Amino acid sequence: MKHIIKILSLLVAITAFWIGLLETSVVPRSNAWLLPIYLIVSLGCYGLLMVGVGLMRFPTCPQEAGLLQKDIAEAKEFLKQQGVDVGCD
Amino acid sequence: MEEKQQQKKKKNKYSIIVPTYNERLNIALIVYLIFKHLREVDFEIIVVDDGSPDGTQDIVKQLQQVYGEDRILLRARPRKLGLGTAYSHGLKHASGNFVVIMDADLSHHPKYLPSFIRKQMETGASIVTGTRYVTGGGVHGWNLMRKLTSRGANVLAQTLLWPGVSDLTGSFRRSVLEDVINSCVSKGYVFQMEMIVRASRKGYHIEEVPITFVDRVYGSSKLGGSEIVEYLKGLAYLLVAT
Repeated sequence: MKHIIKILSLLVAITAFWIGLLETSVVPRSNAWLLPIYLIVSLGCYGLLMVGVGLMRFPTCPQEAGLLQKDIAEAKEFLKQQGVDVGCD
Repeated sequence: MEEKQQQKKKKNKYSIIVPTYNERLNIALIVYLIFKHLREVDFEIIVVDDGSPDGTQDIVKQLQQVYGEDRILLRARPRKLGLGTAYSHGLKHASGNFVVIMDADLSHHPKYLPSFIRKQMETGASIVTGTRYVTGGGVHGWNLMRKLTSRGANVLAQTLLWPGVSDLTGSFRRSVLEDVINSCVSKGYVFQMEMIVRASRKGYHIEEVPITFVDRVYGSSKLGGSEIVEYLKGLAYLLVAT
């Protein structure tokens, strides 16, 4: 099944549930009307939260940069000895 | 057990496909580092060069003199034809039962290759991909903006596509699946995302290992507006197509 159809059917299911709530008036109608807005706002919050948490915990590796420079120097040295033309960059 | 693993190691052959375009120096460095880090493994390096004007192919020929023409294969194409087709072009010439694809710019360091191979042997996965987002992985040389777009793109993809892996782009991955490559149609780096998403939809077993991603010149990998648009288009395409 195409992925967009999965997402659309999820949306349809949520809408159906919402209409059900509106019709049966388990919760007061005025509250039920606002539910989609709550949903959108909470989705937005979830997204922002995930980006924020991800940013805060973004792993960095400054030590790797030094190691890479060392590897490059070593490789250049060896290749020069082997007669590979690595002089110009 | 030990012996069995040794035997297994001997039977497997790894074809490492490296697409290049004007990577004269980098291809030499990466070949040296691959040979340094993959000592007990049977492998071949397939360089797919898209007619670089800077003499990348001359360097590859010199490297063949050093390491042997059976270990380094030069499979050039006449002009720039794109990343996705470069992989399938290289795959046609691959004789290994496992395929590794990696960038030539050293953002993927060959020192992680043994951990990819180990992970595959431990889990029997069909695909192993690198991830920057877990402990042991990471990036260097990214400013806040770059991190923000990377994170935002990742959250968007996770929410919309449910791919089941934490890092969709920029990784080396290994597979026995020509299948996946052949069903991909995207170009550029969306291609990497499409490959993983399609593989996950097809139900292949995908494993991840942490890798680090180092910008050699601080802040050199920039994401412009056009890349972001390309990314969003790719995302929309994958939503409809997979």
